[in-house]
Amino acid sequence: MSDEPATTRIFIMGKAYDVPAGVTIMDAMEYAGYRFVRGAGCRSGFCGACGTVYRKEGDYRLEFALACQEMVEDGIHLTQLPFTPAPREDYVLEDLDPTENVLLQHYPELARCVACNTCTKACPQDLEVMDYIQAALRGDLARVVELSFDCIQCGLCAMRCPADIKHYHMAQMARRLYGVSASPAPGHLAERLQEMEAGRYEDELDALVAASTEELKARYAERDIEKSSEESA
Amino acid sequence: MDPIAYFPGCSLKDSARPFELSALAVMEALGLPLIELPRWTCCGTVASLATDDLMHHVSSARNLVRTQETGGKELVALCSMCFNTLKQVAARVNGDVDARDKVNAFMDEEEDYEGGIDVLHLLELLRDRVGWDAVEERVNRPLFDVPVSAYYGCTLVRPKGVGIDGSDAPSVLGGLLEALGASVIATPFDTECCGSYQIVDRRDLAMDRALRIVVAAKTRGAEVIVTSCPLCQHNLEQAVGEFGEEALNGAAPAVVYFTELMAIAFGLEQVEVPARLQPVLDAHRLGATEGAT
Amino acid sequence: MTRRKDVRTERLRERVEELSGENVFACYQCGMCSAACPLTEQMDRLPSQVIRDLQRDDPSVLESNAMWVCASCFACEARCPKGVDLAKLMEALRLLRLRRALDWLSVDELPQERIRELPQIALVASFRKKTG
Repeated sequence: MSDEPATTRIFIMGKAYDVPAGVTIMDAMEYAGYRFVRGAGCRSGFCGACGTVYRKEGDYRLEFALACQEMVEDGIHLTQLPFTPAPREDYVLEDLDPTENVLLQHYPELARCVACNTCTKACPQDLEVMDYIQAALRGDLARVVELSFDCIQCGLCAMRCPADIKHYHMAQMARRLYGVSASPAPGHLAERLQEMEAGRYEDELDALVAASTEELKARYAERDIEKSSEESA
Repeated sequence: MDPIAYFPGCSLKDSARPFELSALAVMEALGLPLIELPRWTCCGTVASLATDDLMHHVSSARNLVRTQETGGKELVALCSMCFNTLKQVAARVNGDVDARDKVNAFMDEEEDYEGGIDVLHLLELLRDRVGWDAVEERVNRPLFDVPVSAYYGCTLVRPKGVGIDGSDAPSVLGGLLEALGASVIATPFDTECCGSYQIVDRRDLAMDRALRIVVAAKTRGAEVIVTSCPLCQHNLEQAVGEFGEEALNGAAPAVVYFTELMAIAFGLEQVEVPARLQPVLDAHRLGATEGAT
Repeated sequence: MTRRKDVRTERLRERVEELSGENVFACYQCGMCSAACPLTEQMDRLPSQVIRDLQRDDPSVLESNAMWVCASCFACEARCPKGVDLAKLMEALRLLRLRRALDWLSVDELPQERIRELPQIALVASFRKKTG
């Protein structure tokens, strides 16, 4: 019985490599000698930098994933899309009127959507992308926010869209606008800000600013640390 | 009567909200409630006329799948352009098995569309299923012979095989208006295009068309013009706003959706009366005869 | 240097007939379509002249503004005594350009103030007919 770890054959930009089995696309590419100077970020499926287009052996379809999350399979053919050159509109958030068709004003190509659902199929986060584009077209800001919330801005939707819509930029604008105009203001935040403006923390802050480095070190070492759930259990 | 699935279309949820609100209210009052089609997608008006194009039919075809998912066999549209587009696409995918198979293969995440869904316009439903007698019965504030121009536009009555009435001498809006107690004003421009989508980048074209329609109605004594399409509504309103009283030789007719007029005639308090219509209603009620129920 | 796409002019009548499914020789030049069309004033050639150009395989019809002034109202289709669907011919002429990635209307050059006043239906329809 061999002690060698199992390998799997993959194709990176058309060239064949044998890489360890059961690793992510990103790990496999680095094993093969590729160095990610662009298109890698958190490596945890959150930042959207490592968009990958791939095809499984024997299949005709292109599929989409994040390189840091997707595992390699035998015969996988892949390439990276480290950047989507989709333009982002300039706007001043405070000047936007959420009651108008603001999303269409800034992204009129929304009206070109043919509801092909290609964007939804390209999304590595399993979002209902077409549905939020349709919601944007009819001015339903809240629904755009609801459906696009977990978007990580990988850009794969915009790359595939036959109507050249910039889904993720538009949705980000929607979420920002919603936050400023429609979502309820957190009461505790307002209270705290009032306290700060009333000068409640001035003395303590002055004391810290005046303290010496040794004092600060001592204070830091003795600071209150919130107990972890295991400790307090 | 059993409720029927209805297709709002993008504008009815936003810029043309009064159309939807009044339509839902009057249909409820008539005992034929409309249920919004779940997860509908923009119809993609105007229908693609190329023989080889199926991609631009997908959006409308998806709505036929949604209708199928509800178990219903019919989809009612309020907006004439949506109606026309959905119906043209339905004709293609209902009648052409190859086209249907291709569209189904493309929309692989949906259940297969089996065919057989009929697309109707609300006016057809009113004429053929509810009937003008039933509409008249529901009227408790007849329109006191208010002169109303029955403006059809184009997508409601053309092309042949799609239109709900002949485009030469359509009568469906006339039937409705008579049932509401209005006096019907016919003009030679009743089925002339309002300029449609030219309003976007050739506003001059659309204003030219829309103004002729408004003037034709005005010179024949109309005080109201009814529309069945948010684009006609927009273009005619823009013409009224742009050209004003001088060009029109007096106060412009009030342009409203036919369902808004129905809501007033039905006495539905919950439906807001469009501001531009109020002066007309007031003028006629001043001379109203007693005994109107 | 970007390679520019041009509208292809060869086999014009054939390609228009394929795209539209219509037979241009069914037209006997009665002019009813031009009489019915509500937008002829702004066209540089009449609808009946457009179909005549197609019968003659004259590529100058591609330079006409007629198909862009057309509002897809189907009045021509309703009137033609020979059942020629001129609306489909107009669509085919538009597509010969749009399918070469030569949009007639520039989506991002529309001023925001303009879009603010327009109902969605207007944008959807004009982009369908004037962009590829």
